Amino acid sequence: MKPASFDYASPATVEAAIEALVASNGEGKVLAGGQSLLPLLNFRMTRPSVLVDLNGIEGLSYIEDRGDRIAIGALTRHRDLEHSPLVASRLPVMSAAMRHVAHLAIRNRGTIGGGLAHADPAAELPMLAAFYDARISVQGPNGHRVIAAQEFFVDALTNCLEPHEIVVEIEFPILDHDGWAFEEVARRFGDFALASIAVSVRRGPSRLEDARIAVMGVADTPLRLKAAEAELVALALDDEIPERFSEIVVAQVSPNDDLHASGEYRGHLLGELSKRALRTALAQAERAA
Amino acid sequence: MSDVSVTVNEARYDVSDVEPRMLLSDFLRDRLGLTGTHVGCEHGVCGACTVLVNGDSVRSCLMLAVQADGTAIVTVEGLGSPEELNVLQSQFREHHGLQCGFCTPGMLMTGEDMLRKYPLATDDQIREGLSGNLCRCTGYQNIVAAIRSAAAMRREKEE
Repeated sequence: MKPASFDYASPATVEAAIEALVASNGEGKVLAGGQSLLPLLNFRMTRPSVLVDLNGIEGLSYIEDRGDRIAIGALTRHRDLEHSPLVASRLPVMSAAMRHVAHLAIRNRGTIGGGLAHADPAAELPMLAAFYDARISVQGPNGHRVIAAQEFFVDALTNCLEPHEIVVEIEFPILDHDGWAFEEVARRFGDFALASIAVSVRRGPSRLEDARIAVMGVADTPLRLKAAEAELVALALDDEIPERFSEIVVAQVSPNDDLHASGEYRGHLLGELSKRALRTALAQAERAA
Repeated sequence: MSDVSVTVNEARYDVSDVEPRMLLSDFLRDRLGLTGTHVGCEHGVCGACTVLVNGDSVRSCLMLAVQADGTAIVTVEGLGSPEELNVLQSQFREHHGLQCGFCTPGMLMTGEDMLRKYPLATDDQIREGLSGNLCRCTGYQNIVAAIRSAAAMRREKEE
């Protein structure tokens, strides 16, 4: 199908984009990569009065080393994250997850700001934001504010942005860890995840010193599992640990049935992926020691 | 209504009166008459409408024509001619990588981008790269074989 008519604005600054949104009285939509918005327009599931295209704004696409964190401009495309040596060395879980983000042509267009704002609960970038405890900077008519990833995702396809706010930058704190893994099952490579887990650990002599866990596809938002992190750190590093970890993770979620899979199946997948992920992360941490 | 100036297959086009809602796919087909770009699903699933925009593969049904203003586009018409197929096209013919041909323009444009961005040393990598393109008739074996062969030819050329 074809989109219904709309006006098109291509502002040169974030301020001008916000003005255009305010002028639309809530009927406007922000266009970033368009890889989720264009299908919705083509199906006429959304009919904005005006599209405010951010692609003409200079200076919103960058990956910057800020010491203990990496800052990423909202218009940075998925393919830039996928191929970035800086991301590979400082945010290895993100680097590993990027090739799972949709397909080649979509990664060439899709942006991190758009992907986060779309807030799909089975998409990698929202999950990575939750995993890294990212800080999402947004700008609106009342100025600038920073939102923690935990608060940003409210429900499936729902973020906490005010109507005229735009995501401008995302900061990802670097984890001082030595082993990690990203596991995902989708029906077709690049499709939305049925279940996925990201794990990262720092290994001490007899116990883990720190752990980070996030999951997606098993709830209405991506989840960082803080309780499971604490339980994992308390476990002894023996042969049983992947099995016990899997039980801990699965106990944290109660996935619903939907068109793509039953909740039971998603839970089963998550359990299996948890074992795999922890084995990979621990083996890597051991090699690093 | 907007004006759109694009370079497509190295030819410059200045087109006026373009509605903002016109998809790049429809623009290429209806305004420029380049019907090699096929329109399948129109929501970014099938990959038939894939073209190169500034060197990167893009689904032309998920981009507006007005967004293409100032860009350089390559469509399947820009790859080779019936008399002189390019390497990837010749390998599609060699390996019977098409039957009805509907998905082929998208497969070729995706293949061109894959060959540039990934080593394609294994069939897994090739299949991963093709995961966003649907074919309803030959199946994928011969398409994978064609790209595998084009990747091998590229490696030989580099050595």
